[in-house]
Amino acid sequence: MNIRKNIAISESGFIFNPLTGDSFSVNETGLFVLRKLKAEENEETILKAFQEEFELDRNTAEIDLNDFLSMLKSYQLTAYEEA
Amino acid sequence: MKPDYERPVIQKLNTGLLNKFGSRTEQRPVKQIEGVAISDLMDQYGSPLFVISEKKIRQTYRRALKAFTMRYPKVQFAWSYKTNYLDAVCRVFHQEGSWAEVVSGFEYRKALGNGVPGNLIIFNGPDKSTEDLQMAVDNRSLIHIDHFDELYALIELLEGTEKRARVAIRVNMDTGVYPQWDRFGFNYESGEAWNAIMKIVTQKNLDLEGLHCHIGTYMLTPGAYSVATQKMCELAQATANRTGVKVKYIDMGGGFCSSNTLKGSYLQGVDVIPTFDDYAEAIVNTIMHFGFRPDELPLLILETGRALIDEAGSLLGTVLAAKRLSDGRRATILDIGVNILFTSFWYNHRISPAQEFTQHAEEMALYGPLCMNIDCIRESVSLPLLKRGDRVVIHEVGAYNMTQWMQFITLRPNVVMIDTNGKVHLIRKNETMESIVEQECLPDHLKDFTL
Repeated sequence: MNIRKNIAISESGFIFNPLTGDSFSVNETGLFVLRKLKAEENEETILKAFQEEFELDRNTAEIDLNDFLSMLKSYQLTAYEEA
Repeated sequence: MKPDYERPVIQKLNTGLLNKFGSRTEQRPVKQIEGVAISDLMDQYGSPLFVISEKKIRQTYRRALKAFTMRYPKVQFAWSYKTNYLDAVCRVFHQEGSWAEVVSGFEYRKALGNGVPGNLIIFNGPDKSTEDLQMAVDNRSLIHIDHFDELYALIELLEGTEKRARVAIRVNMDTGVYPQWDRFGFNYESGEAWNAIMKIVTQKNLDLEGLHCHIGTYMLTPGAYSVATQKMCELAQATANRTGVKVKYIDMGGGFCSSNTLKGSYLQGVDVIPTFDDYAEAIVNTIMHFGFRPDELPLLILETGRALIDEAGSLLGTVLAAKRLSDGRRATILDIGVNILFTSFWYNHRISPAQEFTQHAEEMALYGPLCMNIDCIRESVSLPLLKRGDRVVIHEVGAYNMTQWMQFITLRPNVVMIDTNGKVHLIRKNETMESIVEQECLPDHLKDFTL
């Protein structure tokens, strides 16, 4: 999953979608994931980076990342993916 | 050292939808109750867990009593058993000087078991069996008659005996609030209450000692009590003038609000409820201005339940899961269900996390553990991010939950009381498989089967 290229991400976790005009805020962990996505890292790499950065187990990381990605998708912040 | 982990969240920012109360409901975690760590309580007594503060009960009771006694010379509280009839709770009120107010034979026996003298038990309610009435007569209890069938049952019971019953009638009336509570007792405006009084005063075995009313519950308007008190005083005076019977007391029942927030209320409960002083002012002013002679002022009895105990009770619980609903909303599942938190049907209970959290919050629905769609504790509440295993405190649950709870799908939990010295006492043991099955009887032909 990739984040759309025109999505603006500030240092403090403020997100702006120029296509819809919507703005969002993310917490520190959310910002961490968004930056990885922006750098076009895949989910497996992000999961590993997650565990390196924070004290958490693989299952929790997977549950939380999947939940976060589903929200990005529902807010139309992700790039179109071929089925 | 790695930074603390918090699951990633993204919140859509909405402009133009200002919320004057702010977006957060809780600013800091609640980690202890009366100086006892919540983590210690839950580690020892499990989750969920009801916690009652003895100190808070006594403080609230004394505040209520003071509001009335500083205005009126003859005040008596009677603890409403149905609000919370755990023996430890009842005994705190009895130690403070409360009589007992009961509404069933079961509650009556509980009051006797707690050592309340029979003549200090007020027997309300529409359900009194002949056996209950006999017991109340023998113990010289105050029988508050609810309907004519009960009155005639009592007359029949005493016929041909030398025994006398101390009675009052329950009176319902229009106090200007909607809905009017007219299912308990005899109606004032229709003259039914007067008919009941006339029937009683003509009976040689019945002593009319008082008048009782219970005008409603969670009464937000103290003015309704002024109206009710005025009508009670008029009835008392009319009884004295026409029959010569001077009632000894006026019992204004209960109905005072706790500071919980009712569902649908725009403002928080604590901002809209009348204080004990407001209620006392409404009731006492009316009596004092009515024109009783100083030596004939009736005893004022109050059966306040909810307002005296709600704040003293907390319910501790644990997050079982955090999931998403189809519209993207967060749903958090707790181990606290409506089966033990009955009041969540009409209150938006205040809920606090019991551990540190960050400044990020989520709008969420809070569900209980029951596999039932109705098991919803809060439909929408903004709380810090909660994850499996986190602990929460639900505030002001002391009234009705520990009496109206039901054993459904899960078992009822432990109840502890923290005494005034901070010592924790188990006051009701959690149910077990054995304690539930013990009540069941299995027919012989159903004992064996083969699958």
